[in-house]
Amino acid sequence: MKRLLFLLPLFAFVVLAGYLALGLTKDPHVLPSVLIDQEVPPFDLPPIKGREAGFRRDDLLGQVSLVNIFGSWCVACRIEHPFLMRIKEERRVPLHGIDWREETLEAGPAWLARFGDPYTLIGDDPRSVAAIAFGVTGAPETFVVDKRGFIRYKHIGPLTPEVWEKTIGPMIEELRRQ
Amino acid sequence: MRRLAALVLLLLAWAMPAAAVDPGEMLADPALEARARDISKDLRCLVCQNQSIDDSDAQLARDLRVLVRERLAAGSSDDEVVDYVVSRYGDFVLLRPPFKLSTYVLWIGPAVIFAGGLLAVVVFYRRRGGVAETAPSPLSAEESRRLERLLDGDGRA
Amino acid sequence: MIVEIGHFALILALVVAFAQGTVPLIGAHRGDALWMAAARPAALTQAVLVAMAFGALMHAYVTSDFSVLNVINNSHSTKPLIYKISGVWGNHEGSMLLWVLILAVFGAAVAVFGRHLPPGLSARALSVQALIAFGFLLFILFTSNPFERVALAPADGRDLNPLLQDPGLAFHPPFLYLGYVGFSVAFSFAIAALLEGRVDAAWARWVRPWTLAAWTFLTAGIGLGSWWAYYELGWGGWWYWDPVENASFMPWLAGTALLHSAVVVEKRDTLKGWTIFLAIVAFSLSLLGTFLVRSGVLTSVHAFAVDPARGVFILVLLLVAIGGSFALFAWRGPALMPGGLFRPVSREGALLLNNLLLATATAVILLGTLYPLFIDAVGGAKVSVGPPFFDSVFVPLMVPLVAALAVGPLLPWKRGDLAGALGRLKLAFVLAAAAVVGIWFVFDRGSVLAVLGLGLAAWLAVGVVVEIAGRIHLLGIAPVASLRRLLGLPRAAWGMTLAHFGLAVLVAGVTASSAWKVEKIQTMRPGDTVEVAGYTYRFEGARDVQGPNYAATRGRFTVTRDGEPFVVLEPEKRLYPVQQMPTTEAAIRSTFLGDLYAVIGDAEGNEGGFVTRLYFNPLVPWIWAGILLMVAGGVASLSDRRHRVGAPGRRPLTTEAASAKA
Repeated sequence: MKRLLFLLPLFAFVVLAGYLALGLTKDPHVLPSVLIDQEVPPFDLPPIKGREAGFRRDDLLGQVSLVNIFGSWCVACRIEHPFLMRIKEERRVPLHGIDWREETLEAGPAWLARFGDPYTLIGDDPRSVAAIAFGVTGAPETFVVDKRGFIRYKHIGPLTPEVWEKTIGPMIEELRRQ
Repeated sequence: MRRLAALVLLLLAWAMPAAAVDPGEMLADPALEARARDISKDLRCLVCQNQSIDDSDAQLARDLRVLVRERLAAGSSDDEVVDYVVSRYGDFVLLRPPFKLSTYVLWIGPAVIFAGGLLAVVVFYRRRGGVAETAPSPLSAEESRRLERLLDGDGRA
Repeated sequence: MIVEIGHFALILALVVAFAQGTVPLIGAHRGDALWMAAARPAALTQAVLVAMAFGALMHAYVTSDFSVLNVINNSHSTKPLIYKISGVWGNHEGSMLLWVLILAVFGAAVAVFGRHLPPGLSARALSVQALIAFGFLLFILFTSNPFERVALAPADGRDLNPLLQDPGLAFHPPFLYLGYVGFSVAFSFAIAALLEGRVDAAWARWVRPWTLAAWTFLTAGIGLGSWWAYYELGWGGWWYWDPVENASFMPWLAGTALLHSAVVVEKRDTLKGWTIFLAIVAFSLSLLGTFLVRSGVLTSVHAFAVDPARGVFILVLLLVAIGGSFALFAWRGPALMPGGLFRPVSREGALLLNNLLLATATAVILLGTLYPLFIDAVGGAKVSVGPPFFDSVFVPLMVPLVAALAVGPLLPWKRGDLAGALGRLKLAFVLAAAAVVGIWFVFDRGSVLAVLGLGLAAWLAVGVVVEIAGRIHLLGIAPVASLRRLLGLPRAAWGMTLAHFGLAVLVAGVTASSAWKVEKIQTMRPGDTVEVAGYTYRFEGARDVQGPNYAATRGRFTVTRDGEPFVVLEPEKRLYPVQQMPTTEAAIRSTFLGDLYAVIGDAEGNEGGFVTRLYFNPLVPWIWAGILLMVAGGVASLSDRRHRVGAPGRRPLTTEAASAKA
């Protein structure tokens, strides 16, 4: 009994060390979305300058679509951008954009004019209304939304061919069949 | 890249000069504003980690503060506002973790630790209290050894 | 060249540490006096070598040698000299070097002051100390070499994080490390005692001064960090329950417990296993804190080193050091025999209560700090554990601690008289009650808990005074005789009184500043006035000023009270161009009852308007005063003859002498 008591600290420490080791393998910055398999809440964003249509929740109903959060200030978005253009060319799935937190009305449209506009619909979100609705913490983030308007997948950071081929592509096909 | 961005953010957020609430975003109604401040103090700034949105200069924190105020102004209760933010970002945004399955250990743990310590102390006193006074028990082997040591003039009485 | 000498000295130190960590240990095991004797010169050599390495790095900083990567990344030629020096430890590599330097200096100090220690104990303790140094030297040399050169030296450096360019933070890390690492001595002594299989009053007496020194430094270090946060972060907060703060607070709590339990070992020759355990825990928590900060497993506003390889290395170090010592504890600990009778109502009983509460508080903070990690590791939904959690679990543990603290010192050893002690505290009770009632009517808007908190502080403060008045028989004998007794009190008694009184002052400051803070946030144009807690602030406008390595906007407030000029406050908002980083420099004027605290924000509109944040932070100076008193208590106690390191050998002390000093 007494011996056991003296063993207790060692035992507790071994458990603790195990957790610390596990902790080293995780990136503490990654915040998993709680919105997976949740309905996208209502939002209604105005169009960006130069476009007629805005972007609202009901636009997501009826077909599988992608929603991408971007901003002209976002360095990683530029890296991602060519890949988004490829998605547009493939025409497999509509890609909608949320132009997040632009400082001026011109910034977003100018950026798209310069690098190309891959988006079907774009909503202007200077005050994070839609971004918060999607639980966004940074740009870029990309969501797969199904026909009923439910979020099925969230990708943090620039989309890569690997994620596209292994995860998102097959998922779109499967969601289409449903 | 994202990771790099997070690092940069982290470096910036490394105790960013705070004092975040701006006069422009404050509500005219002091009671409502006070409620907004209270709510903001318990909501975590998601991009800076470990600061509340009330203390943070980050854009997203600002937008969340504005959202809290808009919802309050629109007549939501404190709980409704907090619930909305939690429904978007999960329990992670709550600086005071909720009491639920995943946090039972956290919330009950302190009481268990204290009770365990108290129990240990009680057992300790039971073993060591008054016994020697009422009925001197025979010396254990260890005690004899100690006595020997004492007689050697080594230990201390 | 000097840089290479530094690097080489560090490698030599590694070799010396290895020898020091093995030869004396084997010698002690075999009883070989010659091998044991190797420990002392080795400890001194190691300290000299590490100091050379540290000096070389500092030289590189002071001379702005931008061929050294570490200097490029953390320095700039225009930086003031003091921040060139503090830049040495304002980064990962340099701060680890400082860590090892302090470790080596403590080792050398044990070698110098511990000449009268039994050779076996001293040899073993120095070996353990060297083994720790060996691990960290390996860590530095393999993962965090501060002496790395670059092929092409740039014209100038990238500067130090401007937040670190501050007098408070310049000296925060050295003090913190002196505390953290200081617990290594108690740890080494504990391991040595376990290896020897012997813990007694003499052991406790040797360990106490080292623990006390570490505790004093750590108190000062935490205080400095907190003070820095208060004036630099710009909104008057001073404690955030941030993981990195917790990492320094946990060893402090455990060290405080150790300080008190060691007294019980010294006076009553009991609680030995527990004291050894605390000695291991205090330093283990320091190591854990280093791991948490250096590996970045917990995100925190402080983590500036995020590198998995370093994390793995430190984790292995932790496994060996902490795991090894707990294994040794499990193996040898049960042989430590408990002492004699032990009653709840006695000095030792009160100290045990202190230990129960402090140990629980340590464990609870550990739980809260690591909980997000646990949940993440088991794949649960992420949670945050923030200040509201810590406040709600920590405060309930501290209330009984503070309440009992007034009583404990009034109880004699072995058998106390609780009713008698409480009887002596009648005055404390009456004054505390009077304080509660008085404060209630002065600030009738205040919360009940805060008023009770101040009452608790008053209870402790008066309790401390009652205790020392009893020692000098105040009012019982002629005042002159009392005064003579007062001056004749051992310094250790003064130390305890100061530290406990400091805690009372601290409690009052913490309570009042959290409960009655006044905050006014608004846009002010020149000429506008705002009233904060009875002071009228008139904004006179702002102008641009140029600092040595920053540009600033300096605002000016004339503060009046009842129409009389009181003070002029000039807060700044700085921009450091090299790092493109803004900082706020609050303007603070302290008064007895609180701080006037002004911050200037962004320009607003075209008429010279600025966002201004004006605060009144009640009793915040009391927080710093309380910490200073605690530090002063530590220093006073350290200067006591009985605590002088290298003091008496393992001679029996008569019970009479022991209780006379109690």
